[in-house]
Amino acid sequence: MTTTVTPPPAAAGSLTAEQVERFGAEMDAIRERMLAARGKSDADYIRRVIRTQRRLEMTGRGLLWAGWFPPAWLAGTAALSISKILDNMEIGHNVMHGQYEWTNDPKLSGKQFEWDTACPADQWRHSHNYMHHTYTNIVGKDRDIGYGVLRMSEEQPWRPYYLGNPVWAALLATFFQYGVALHDLEVERLVAGEVPVAEKRGMLKGIWRKVRRQTLKDYAIFPALSGPLFIFPLAGNATANLARNLWAFTIIFCGHFPEGTHEFEEEQTEDESRGEWYYRQLLGSANLSGSRLFHILSGNLSFQIEHHLFPDLPANRYAEISVEVREACERYGIPYNVGPLRKQFGSVVKKICRLALPR
Amino acid sequence: MCDEPTFDVTTFDVTLICVMPATLAPRHPGTRLLDTIAGPHGIDAYLEQIHPLLTTERRAEVVAASRDAEDSVTLTLRPNRAWKGHEAGQFVQVTVEIDGVLHRRCYSPASGEGRRGELEITVKRHPGGLVSGFLNDHAGPGLVLGLSGAEGEFRLPSRRPDPILLIAGGSGVTPLMAMLRTLFAEGHRGTVAMLQYAPSPAAAIYREELEGMARRHPNFHLARSYTRAPGAGELDGRFSPLHLPQSEPCFAAAETFACGPPELLDAVRGTWANGLEQRLHVESFVPPDLAVAGGPGEGTVRLLDSGLELENSGASLLEQAEQAGLRPEYGCRMGICHTCTCRKVSGVHKNLITGEVSSAPGEEIQICVSTALGDLALEL
Repeated sequence: MTTTVTPPPAAAGSLTAEQVERFGAEMDAIRERMLAARGKSDADYIRRVIRTQRRLEMTGRGLLWAGWFPPAWLAGTAALSISKILDNMEIGHNVMHGQYEWTNDPKLSGKQFEWDTACPADQWRHSHNYMHHTYTNIVGKDRDIGYGVLRMSEEQPWRPYYLGNPVWAALLATFFQYGVALHDLEVERLVAGEVPVAEKRGMLKGIWRKVRRQTLKDYAIFPALSGPLFIFPLAGNATANLARNLWAFTIIFCGHFPEGTHEFEEEQTEDESRGEWYYRQLLGSANLSGSRLFHILSGNLSFQIEHHLFPDLPANRYAEISVEVREACERYGIPYNVGPLRKQFGSVVKKICRLALPR
Repeated sequence: MCDEPTFDVTTFDVTLICVMPATLAPRHPGTRLLDTIAGPHGIDAYLEQIHPLLTTERRAEVVAASRDAEDSVTLTLRPNRAWKGHEAGQFVQVTVEIDGVLHRRCYSPASGEGRRGELEITVKRHPGGLVSGFLNDHAGPGLVLGLSGAEGEFRLPSRRPDPILLIAGGSGVTPLMAMLRTLFAEGHRGTVAMLQYAPSPAAAIYREELEGMARRHPNFHLARSYTRAPGAGELDGRFSPLHLPQSEPCFAAAETFACGPPELLDAVRGTWANGLEQRLHVESFVPPDLAVAGGPGEGTVRLLDSGLELENSGASLLEQAEQAGLRPEYGCRMGICHTCTCRKVSGVHKNLITGEVSSAPGEEIQICVSTALGDLALEL
């Protein structure tokens, strides 16, 4: 009942090679149409989200300054939580993909953007934009499979360490921003001695600098501004960081691990054609259904399928693109994995627990 | 650079010098601590929520727009506190948002020198010009523009020379106007002459103000040539050495400042040969929207940061840079990850996946899937 579909080779699934290429050509056509259509409304949208995030952050920090007053603490913490979620997901993640680079706006430049989380933006761009998006769901290459600490695929050989899978997952969710910060470092390879520490020195320095700045800001400077009442903003900031961590973990783990998503092996994807690449992205991703607000708060990663097909198209377009992609999937008989959050996350939790045991 | 090495030439190619992103503009050192607190977005991200001009980044608001001369608009800008003034003759980079996209262009303020005062720029409409067209059609009070600091070596020496000769072609009159206004505001007593070239009286920028100046200041001599309206001005036709003796003082003795299109400047340079070069200062105004597309394997690819010039092979820009021995950052090499994105300063590029061709300067492009059509300059 809870068995995952074992991955068929991307090109040798239910479609013929020719069908895969035709499907790819249809995806290319959607992409070109969207590139031609993107413009003022997309730029206005992302600037509006940024404006909202900045104002929420100012409001949140202002209210937490007076956090001894319980309603102010609650409202401030909520505002700051949403601010951090918007900053990381709808703004940071999408801007750093270069989705809004065509605006020539340094503030929307993928390469110049820095976000309100522990992970240095440049390292994220490497581990996420390049590694994860190019080698999506290829076991051994895509480090998003388990983040180096979890067993999220049957292809990962079981070790007794993985008995703690649910515990490690809970810890990763709680401290998710640090998990992401260490993502590109490949800690487990450092520990195993596969990579010399010297090689990673620059990276470690970058992480340390960013973590220090973030920690100073949230846990020293802003609390200090409240003087003897520092505990209120301190607790509010910690809560906001926690809320963002749990939310980001939940959404991100629903992107590739719900039941029905496929994993791939390196050999299957050698000399992949463009059509096969699209097909693999589609089979490896899952969507979440929900309201417009839910999609914005999830950084439109609720349209994980569309995001993986078109990682650099403006995320605010994914909703309209999804209608076409879904229709194409129906025509080709390709499974389109979508469900509400509780269903998709439920199946992720089941998988985390199931893979704790050898099999 | 090699053809006329002795000239004191400050020629700039507008599309070439607009390379400094606004975020790299020098910032007040006192804001650095604030930036740590306001990190990672910086204090301006929050200040601009209160008022767009409250930033530590230079910005200006349009307070007036007048359209006196045909096909040009004169904007009066009120810069914010970050603006530190300019010297007469210098230029600024102005950033304007059009349909969500930021565009940067260079303009020489026509206003006189001043630390914090209002700034005046005049924008002539170029045929097909996106920014000049937008500003001519839509700029009005309330529009907020990005601003760089004043730049450029084309400026009045602080010890004001005497006599002075100014040669203006089209919108090239603007930096010279800044010089005139500065000189007369200072009560300059020396002799100043100006030759102005424009298609017609109606298209002559600052015509009335210049005529007023000539009436008020007996030491200012103004001569105009309207190239498409013979007989309407004091002179006729394009620049020729014959135009010079008719204006006082003798050009050979004057410190000369010339600004206009390249053809005018070439003619002027030809006249100022034989040891007079040191007295000639020129600034070229090249419309940036007119990058010309060449063939896929034609022209030169210039990598500005590494100082390389490559013969365009028609391969992707990433491959060409690698063949030249550079190791640019890259990831997927298929146009997905944006790791290799670079700023194209000028030139026409083609996206090898979509086939899209674009000539806009200052664009961020993915060099793994872009090739040059003709000459192209890249920040790499």
